[in-house]
Amino acid sequence: MNASPANAIVAAANVTKRFGDLRALNNVSLTIAPGTVQCIIGPSGSGKSTLLRCINQLEKIDQGAIWVDGQLIGYRIKGDELHELSDAEIARQRLSTGMVFQRFNLFNHMTVLENIIEGPVTVLRRPRQEAIAEAEKLLARVGLSEKRNAYPIELSGGQQQRIAIARALAMKPKLMLFDEPTSALDPELVGEVLAVMRDLAASGMTMIVVTHELGFAREVATDVVFMDKGEIVERGPPNAVLVAPQQARTRDFIAAVLK
Amino acid sequence: MTSAVGIGIGRDLAGIAGLKLVPRRYYGRWVAAALIILVLAWVMKAFAEGQIDWKVVGQFFTAPAILSGLVNTIIMTVCAMALGVALGVIFAIMYMSPNPVLRGVALFYIWFFRGTPLLLQLLLWFNLALVFPTIGIPGLVEWRTIDVIGPFMATLLGLGMNQGAYTAEVVRGGILSVDVGQTEAAKSIGMTRLTTLRRIVLPQAMRVIIPPVGNEVISMVKLTSIASVIQFSEILRNAQTIYYANARVIELLIVAAGWYLIVVTLLQIGQFFLERFFSKGRGDRRTKPRIVEEAGA
Repeated sequence: MNASPANAIVAAANVTKRFGDLRALNNVSLTIAPGTVQCIIGPSGSGKSTLLRCINQLEKIDQGAIWVDGQLIGYRIKGDELHELSDAEIARQRLSTGMVFQRFNLFNHMTVLENIIEGPVTVLRRPRQEAIAEAEKLLARVGLSEKRNAYPIELSGGQQQRIAIARALAMKPKLMLFDEPTSALDPELVGEVLAVMRDLAASGMTMIVVTHELGFAREVATDVVFMDKGEIVERGPPNAVLVAPQQARTRDFIAAVLK
Repeated sequence: MTSAVGIGIGRDLAGIAGLKLVPRRYYGRWVAAALIILVLAWVMKAFAEGQIDWKVVGQFFTAPAILSGLVNTIIMTVCAMALGVALGVIFAIMYMSPNPVLRGVALFYIWFFRGTPLLLQLLLWFNLALVFPTIGIPGLVEWRTIDVIGPFMATLLGLGMNQGAYTAEVVRGGILSVDVGQTEAAKSIGMTRLTTLRRIVLPQAMRVIIPPVGNEVISMVKLTSIASVIQFSEILRNAQTIYYANARVIELLIVAAGWYLIVVTLLQIGQFFLERFFSKGRGDRRTKPRIVEEAGA
């Protein structure tokens, strides 16, 4: 567990996560530098979403350690003991990361604007007017200013996902996690979400993106990880991993996706 | 393509379009209506010929004792329901808490208050002085239980605590009906468990909670009548007191029934507007039953 979290935004060291008998993550180590766009690809059930959810503490890891923004997550070190953090402390740690879900998970009972200001107002205790002004800028950025007062159900999947990105950005996170953000979308709506993500990457945001969009990965990623059966099989720049993979499993997966 | 439709029946589409449309005939409806009118007529005849003095009904409908009973019934319904819903929400949250002590307490509460008859609980509260002669903080403040727990208090505690046990299960069902993705999204923007419940989960659970709770409010209006056994002067008890004196039994029961129906009708109208309010963001503000497409489906 001698990861050096000093200059990494995320450092995972020997992380294992079990669901019953299944090892969703098996001794995974990964460090990610600030400003990187890290894409994680792999077949379903390979553990890539689980890794993302562990980074945001939506799942608790069984072994190993994860540092986010230099902080050990889930525990406090006291002498030679690890003390579990409280609910409120975990909530505070999550403030450094934003998360975008496969199924958007917008708050259904709130309008688009209310969705975006909910975190800043309720969690960060920012003045409402200030939060609204900020939210309007974000809405313009994702190109949905005119949907300000719509309810999520009135929006297309692509629009909902762009709002979900705006909601996460409103918390000013240092790191954005994307859990298969385009997998639940109709094919013609994928482009608009990827465009927002591309724009976000260009602005220098650190992003970890679990995706099946190999084209996006090749174009935007600084670094690509291929996972299979709870392990990292191959890692490298997109032109290496996606174009000239070294491992047979990676080659098979890419061939299957591109077919 | 149009000409292909009618092949085999002998007419094409143009020929069909000229025919006269005869709606389906519902003979069953006419038979049922006739039967019901017969039964109604028979019941009305019985009431008209029976020893019912409708003037007495009119006279007592707004009698002071009846009206004060009505006010007590309404006050008790509101207070007991408020207590019941408050306890229901608290115990539902305790039941779903990761804390085993809180969960245990909630389980015990629901088990006890659902497991014993309401009438027995009312009698227990009313006779609490037999177990606890005084209540309060020993040495600081103390009251004689008999002074604190009168008919009103005993009824309120009995009905409210009993209602809480049932409402807890309704609230729990409502909370479970909210997609887990909503909780995860709330966590991801840094909300704690309780903030998530208050801001995200409970408001959406209300849509599921309101119809059964509305049902229980209506049921509570009528349940208050059993408090007559511990001398709480609600509408039915006051009606009884009057007919013990003047022997106009049916007339006063009709008066009470009339008031119950009026109150329940008003409550149903209130429930309609409440449901409409909490269906926010469900794409349909009219609360007509219909299939709502889930977000992202």
